[in-house]
Amino acid sequence: MSRSFDVAIVGAGVVGCAIARQLARYELRIALIDAAEDVGMGASRANSAIVHAGYDCPPGSVEARLNVIGNALYRPWCDELDVPFKRCGSFVIGFGPEDEETLRGLYERGLKNGVPAMSLMPGCQARGLEPALSPEVTMALFAPTAGITCPYQMTIACAENARANGAEWLLDHPVTAMRREGDGIVLTAGGEEITARYVVNAAGVFADEISRMLGDDSFSIRPRKGEYMLLDRKSTCVDTVVFQTPSRLGKGILVAPTVDGNMFAGPTAVDMTDKRDTAVTPEGIARLTAMSKKSVPGIDLRAVITSFAGVRAQPSTGDFIIGASPVEPRLIQAAGICSPGLTSAPAIAGEIDRILRRSGLEMPEKADYNPIRKAIPEFRNLDNAQRAALIESDARYGRVICRCETITEGEIVEAIRRGARSLDGVKRRTRAGMGRCQGGFCSPRVMEILARELNVPMTELTKFGGASKLLVGTLKEV
Amino acid sequence: MKKDIDIAVIGGGPAGLAAALEAHRRAPDKSVLIVERDRELGGILQQCIHNGFGLHFFGEELTGPEYAGRFIAQLRNTGIEIMTDTMVLELSDDRRILAVSAANGLVEIQAGAVILAMGCRERTRGALNIPGTRPAGVYTAGCAQRLVNMEGFMPGRRVVILGSGDIGLIMARRMTWEGAKVEVVAEIMPYSSGLNRNIVQCLVDNGIPLRFNHTVTNILGRERVEGVTIAEVDPASRQPIPGTEITYECDTLLLSVGLIPENELTQAAGIQLDRVTSGAVVDENRQTSLPGVFACGNVLHVHDLVDNVSDEAILAGRAAAAYVTHPAPAAGIRRVSALSGVRYTVPQRITENASGKQDIYFRVGSAYRPATLVVKCGDEVVLTRKKPIMTPGEMEKISIDAAKITGDITLEIEEAHAQ
Repeated sequence: MSRSFDVAIVGAGVVGCAIARQLARYELRIALIDAAEDVGMGASRANSAIVHAGYDCPPGSVEARLNVIGNALYRPWCDELDVPFKRCGSFVIGFGPEDEETLRGLYERGLKNGVPAMSLMPGCQARGLEPALSPEVTMALFAPTAGITCPYQMTIACAENARANGAEWLLDHPVTAMRREGDGIVLTAGGEEITARYVVNAAGVFADEISRMLGDDSFSIRPRKGEYMLLDRKSTCVDTVVFQTPSRLGKGILVAPTVDGNMFAGPTAVDMTDKRDTAVTPEGIARLTAMSKKSVPGIDLRAVITSFAGVRAQPSTGDFIIGASPVEPRLIQAAGICSPGLTSAPAIAGEIDRILRRSGLEMPEKADYNPIRKAIPEFRNLDNAQRAALIESDARYGRVICRCETITEGEIVEAIRRGARSLDGVKRRTRAGMGRCQGGFCSPRVMEILARELNVPMTELTKFGGASKLLVGTLKEV
Repeated sequence: MKKDIDIAVIGGGPAGLAAALEAHRRAPDKSVLIVERDRELGGILQQCIHNGFGLHFFGEELTGPEYAGRFIAQLRNTGIEIMTDTMVLELSDDRRILAVSAANGLVEIQAGAVILAMGCRERTRGALNIPGTRPAGVYTAGCAQRLVNMEGFMPGRRVVILGSGDIGLIMARRMTWEGAKVEVVAEIMPYSSGLNRNIVQCLVDNGIPLRFNHTVTNILGRERVEGVTIAEVDPASRQPIPGTEITYECDTLLLSVGLIPENELTQAAGIQLDRVTSGAVVDENRQTSLPGVFACGNVLHVHDLVDNVSDEAILAGRAAAAYVTHPAPAAGIRRVSALSGVRYTVPQRITENASGKQDIYFRVGSAYRPATLVVKCGDEVVLTRKKPIMTPGEMEKISIDAAKITGDITLEIEEAHAQ
């Protein structure tokens, strides 16, 4: 007997999770399905973490509209979901007449897209607001509505809130086949058959392959790799997001603070053939080094604590693909969500809500829907009275496991209770291992806690699921 | 919980233990507290189950746990208070310490003197910007050492090691003895930062190749490491030379690429740091720029031998005891500066109160054979020392009579042939 749902969302990235959260307010049986061992394992875990103002997108495009709506939704969503969000503003900086022309064009686009409160200013004025900017900057576009968030916290928070309101997570469930049967769709996922009245395709770089399973080959997704370098907290020297003038391949390499107080430079933009290729390249690092120094000459690249890469889903259509498939009306696309996908996610969720309603799905409001999700307590960010009270409630909040980020055992145990099953799962939920020692000290201790809480042998633990085993055996076994 | 303590020692590794014991010895009626973040005292020594510790300090060869055990045994009946499993969160410039533990919750400690002995951490892959994927199987050598020696697990079967720091060399041998195959140790520099005896005993004796002027240029494998590519680097630019790449099939990459003193507390307290050592700037008593706060061991500068850590900790412990019993009058400062060929010195300053023989530790910036060290006070040469070889991997020491230090002094390498 197969499990049946009203809506099966394929892909548990920020888009899929935001959709799940949006739909969980209704009396619907919802499945959030992903091939990976955790939510947010694709582009949602490795991107620029920017909530864009919306001046980049071509006027009239779907992404332009959803960017601006999504930006406005970030404050209420992040308040309800207890996710960090800081409207720090962004600069696009130009060096000389050619860039200035581009900046004026961006400003015009922004006006057409409905981006509020932008201003074009000479370089000296921009440096007054952001002193780290290069003295070579001649003009800048400032957008105060741009902000920064934490993309994987946003994803996890949406997924947790959806689950708290009844949605089911089906992780480690790669969808391998789908077929129309009666007035529903049968999905083969992780070896089991699942039926759903509607399927929402939010499968990121794999959305074209998912779509083809139901006969819709109207678009393809090209993976575009973006590499990043993350700097230690003490070296942060910008308070705003600093873009260079955009090129054909994207918004250019930016330097930005993170909500955790670090700073990063990225992304590169390299079109790929392999959708899973997240390797960092020497060329990428060289480019990040050169370009970030151009924007912010004072950037201290000796303070790099890690580099990583993500793969964005570039649609062949050149715009977000949102709506019922022309081939299979029970397949609703939320595909080709490249940048500004993180920004647009709450707006995409609203869009899918309306599309399903128009398709005839009955969506009565849930009487006991709760939009509030609380984050895991962050010992490091509490005052001493709050810390004392937390330790009083559970002594494990007094045991610091990750020294660099001051993450306690209590936080790690709570992360596991909420769904972390791997070292990286704990890391994304708590920051344990994200600091300057990159887990050198705490990894063995986090592994011990994982093994104890999940009741599995240490040798079964993984870095991020699948074959990413951390240990190969016990001593004298190999 | 609130406590008043005469001498608080942050860190219960070899530096903290020796400093606390010496402070107690010198000021037996003063209270001494050791705050240790791990579950037991001894620090990283507890995972260093190989021998080679204590030849200088105890005149015999001990394992890491034995070396730590000698000090831990001496704690008995001293009344030195120990708080393990306790993390120091803040140190303020009036010597107040905020710590936390599961057992005691938040603990506020007002200390008469503070000894910083937090040790160091390992440099990571990120700090090197090694390209490639981010699979499981990339460990710092010290993390792997803990997994093997403390937890009893094997992190991998076929291993490439980047960096010839001592922990990497020790782990090359350890992994080999546990049945793993260590393919190669790649070192980007033309010399090792590890001790010569470790190169011989750990690599040569086990037939493990050590390739100088080589670095890792790629990590392969999506989920678990499947291979590591190394390449020769241009000795001048340190950039990989195209065409020299060799890929080793392996499941593990260990990194032994340097140690960094853990000075986040020190920095937050506003204590002056040395850009080269990444540790505090100290005087001959190992007193930092903040009066009453002392530093010793790897938090001050990275040592090759724990024996030197113990010697240094004794200086700090002695001085902390003096500070809380009969503080010395304020005195002028003589600066000790590292000039050409010398990377750094510890101490970086000597007070006018100093008397007797003053030991100055230093490292050179590249390998010299031979080398002549010249110490000057102003224009006057106060000491020359010729050595057949000096390398960055081995810490050097000279002794100067304080009477000869009448002004700022400098250390430099002269008439040397850089290799």
